[in-house]
Amino acid sequence: MMKQTLSKQQVKICPLDELPLQVGKKIVINEQEIALFRLQNDTVKAVENKCPHKQGPLSEGMVSGDNVFCPLHDWKINLDTGEVQKPDDGCVKTYLAEVVDNDVYISL
Amino acid sequence: MSKRKLILIGNGMAGVRCLEEILKEDPEKFEITVFGRESHPNYNRLMLSSVLQGDTSIDDIVLNSYEWYERNNITLCTGETVTVIQTEKKTIQTDKGKSMAYDDLIIATGSNPFMLPLPGADKEGVIAFRDIKDCETMIQSSEKYKKAVVIGGGLLGLEAARGLLNLGMDVDVVHIMDHLMERQLDVTASTMLQAELENQGMNFLMNHHTEAIIGSGRVKKVTFRNGKPVKADLVVMAVGIKPNVGMAADSGIETNRGIVVNDYMETSAPDVYAVGECAEHREMVYGLVAPLYEQGKVLAKRICEKETGKGYEGSILSTKLKVSGVDVFSAGEFVDDPTVRAVRIQDDFEKIYKKIVIRDNKIVGAVLFGDTSESRNLLNLIHNEIDVSDMSQVNILQTNDDNTPNTVAEMSDSETICGCNGVSKGDIVSAIQNDKLTSVTQVRDCTNASRSCGTCKGLVGEILEYTLGDDYDSASEKESVCSCTTLTHEEVVYEIRAKGLSHTREVMNVLDWQEEEGCSKCRPAINYYLGMVNPIDYEDEKESRFVNERMHANIQKDGTYSVVPRMYGGVTNAKDLRRIADVADKYEVPLLKITGGQRIDLLGIKKEDVPNVWKDLDMPSGYAYGKAIRTVKTCVGEDFCRFGTQDSIGLGIAIEKKFEKLNTPHKVKMGVSACPRNCAESSIKDVGVIGVEGAWEIYVGGNGGSSLRAAELLCSVSSDEKVLETIAAYLQYYRETAQYLERTSHWIERVGLENVKAVILENTQERTELIERMEIALTNLKEPWQDIISDYKKKHDLFEEKALTMIDN
Repeated sequence: MMKQTLSKQQVKICPLDELPLQVGKKIVINEQEIALFRLQNDTVKAVENKCPHKQGPLSEGMVSGDNVFCPLHDWKINLDTGEVQKPDDGCVKTYLAEVVDNDVYISL
Repeated sequence: MSKRKLILIGNGMAGVRCLEEILKEDPEKFEITVFGRESHPNYNRLMLSSVLQGDTSIDDIVLNSYEWYERNNITLCTGETVTVIQTEKKTIQTDKGKSMAYDDLIIATGSNPFMLPLPGADKEGVIAFRDIKDCETMIQSSEKYKKAVVIGGGLLGLEAARGLLNLGMDVDVVHIMDHLMERQLDVTASTMLQAELENQGMNFLMNHHTEAIIGSGRVKKVTFRNGKPVKADLVVMAVGIKPNVGMAADSGIETNRGIVVNDYMETSAPDVYAVGECAEHREMVYGLVAPLYEQGKVLAKRICEKETGKGYEGSILSTKLKVSGVDVFSAGEFVDDPTVRAVRIQDDFEKIYKKIVIRDNKIVGAVLFGDTSESRNLLNLIHNEIDVSDMSQVNILQTNDDNTPNTVAEMSDSETICGCNGVSKGDIVSAIQNDKLTSVTQVRDCTNASRSCGTCKGLVGEILEYTLGDDYDSASEKESVCSCTTLTHEEVVYEIRAKGLSHTREVMNVLDWQEEEGCSKCRPAINYYLGMVNPIDYEDEKESRFVNERMHANIQKDGTYSVVPRMYGGVTNAKDLRRIADVADKYEVPLLKITGGQRIDLLGIKKEDVPNVWKDLDMPSGYAYGKAIRTVKTCVGEDFCRFGTQDSIGLGIAIEKKFEKLNTPHKVKMGVSACPRNCAESSIKDVGVIGVEGAWEIYVGGNGGSSLRAAELLCSVSSDEKVLETIAAYLQYYRETAQYLERTSHWIERVGLENVKAVILENTQERTELIERMEIALTNLKEPWQDIISDYKKKHDLFEEKALTMIDN
């Protein structure tokens, strides 16, 4: 558990190098669970860590391109829009994630 | 303008399908409330028999999730029944005391199973086959009881009976008539069907009138007016359905057998409509899906004040029996009478029967048994009343004839292609055009067509061909790995070998993957194939592994993991047990369970604890999560057993130690029994060994899971070494030729046991080479738990989570 003082909106998470490529990481901020992903092209995406189907932990899912596949029932969720891809329906909350000077920030 | 208030009574397939149509026509017109008696969202009732037969799960048959209702602003009240409609005041009341006004009201209360009013019909263990609860009751009963009696030899009864057989029960089917499914089949087809089902293990009591159900509390037996009583622990009544019209009738709406509607689904009360199994249209009550969907479409147009044309004019009935291993189809009129002529083909060797009934040069009905591939074609010929006078008889009965008219072209856009999901030809054509789809898989992913039972795949292909013309390449349809590529599994492996590919991204790039980074289906497959082809050099890619194989533990529904340590041959000792107990205490493990493979499962472990649990256990991974060698189950054998004549434990441990940690296309379970009593259940294992006097028999291709299959005898050998060698050759052949995620039971049916014998037993050179390649594959295996514990970065990447607390400034 680490504590840090944070600005109002942007939260510094960790250096980019701490995130493995294409493997999600679960972040808990004030009891909010967020799944953070470092994609193949080194951009970082953040979404609510809960599949709309059966609340599967998306941070454990397989990442392909801009999508994550839920580990429980393989729903495909776009990490840019948070939208569940066809033929299933639904969406998850997305958060703006940025890399500044090699550090990852999420806007809440 | 404020929205009109629309109430739907009945949260089933017909009503909700109608809502979907309404939302398509005019999403803003209504404020919608749905009342449903069952406490589930709308699910695919048709697929209940698949659930029962173990082919799919209840979660997978939900058609509209709660989320769907929410997104469309539909208020869903489940577990609440509407008790009366006040048609004058235009309000309804519910059993929970709710009163609500409507502008428009749709009744889609469906039907109830008809329960024979027999003495004892209220006993425990007497059920219908209609909803999820019935399904669950049957599954639970099969765990405790042995003998089931199904009353009713119609469609539903036979599907229920097949499901109960799959659940391991003995099943008697009682039918009042001389022939099964007499409302859909003629005598010939019905007789063939009965023979086939008897072959599958169903027992029939034909021409039996049930008299009473006997038992104190729970059912014990069933008696008949004619014939001997039979034992019964469970009675399933499947004698028919009756439209659920009580509430409508009490509310003063005109009913007969069903709620009477006109061609626009309007009832006798103003602004009150009825669709589905509760509606009676031109004296017909339909219990099948396609008509319900057709009705829903007409009603949606009507209620949204769109052009409805002629309205609903009735449907031609067609049926497919959903019983594994039996293909039966029936449509329209199938009985011979003086006004019709029939074309028949009967082949008793192939067990195929086809009958096509023709009146005035038009096909009016058909029955197909054994080969139903022409069913869609025939249904279209019937629907469209095509003149068949210039087609020879043979043409009608051969699918691949070039002279068959392009029926897809002649179908109207509104015609349903996928009955399970209610997808019309027009839906598919516009999806193909708008989303530029080129394969059946893409159409499935985009429209849901062919997603459920899959029988309409061929027709979807034809629509692609018709829409795209020469741009459609049907050859590329042959079971591609996934929708990212048109290549088959075999082609991918061939290209990996031929082009010397060595990385998943390279494979996807060189082989022109349509999705640059693949998907959750192809990436694990490519990762496996690369490791199989280059066992020494390939570095396994954790990001292309499904969560369980990446974490080396099994994810549970709440996001915790389960951990199963290796226990060779299912043998343990006091020291290991004590350590497991200490770990369970230290990490407050919520559940300890013995697995089917004779191991101990520690369930409910928090993700961040998993590596520490491994460390404290200090035992190798049991691989309970992997597409890999799982367990070798053993019986006690010669050391203690009175009957065992061989050292089954010793051999089982030797097999497990030799092949552990090896990746395979799908999981591989093994067993060794010391005598033919077979206590280790070797005959339902991927590889099962049974000891007989002076020899070991090796059985292969068994499966005790969702598709039960008895293992077949591969060979008999005289020494432990020969057993290990034969398994090595067999498993390597499986590893090299099976498709990823193909169990040995399916693989062996595809490649054939005789072929396997020829390769690994008769061809000495091939056998030697397979064994050599297996030895290479076994040299490079790391113990995964130890590997992660001792590698800080791996452990950190996979198991560390981050928690931050915000401090407000």
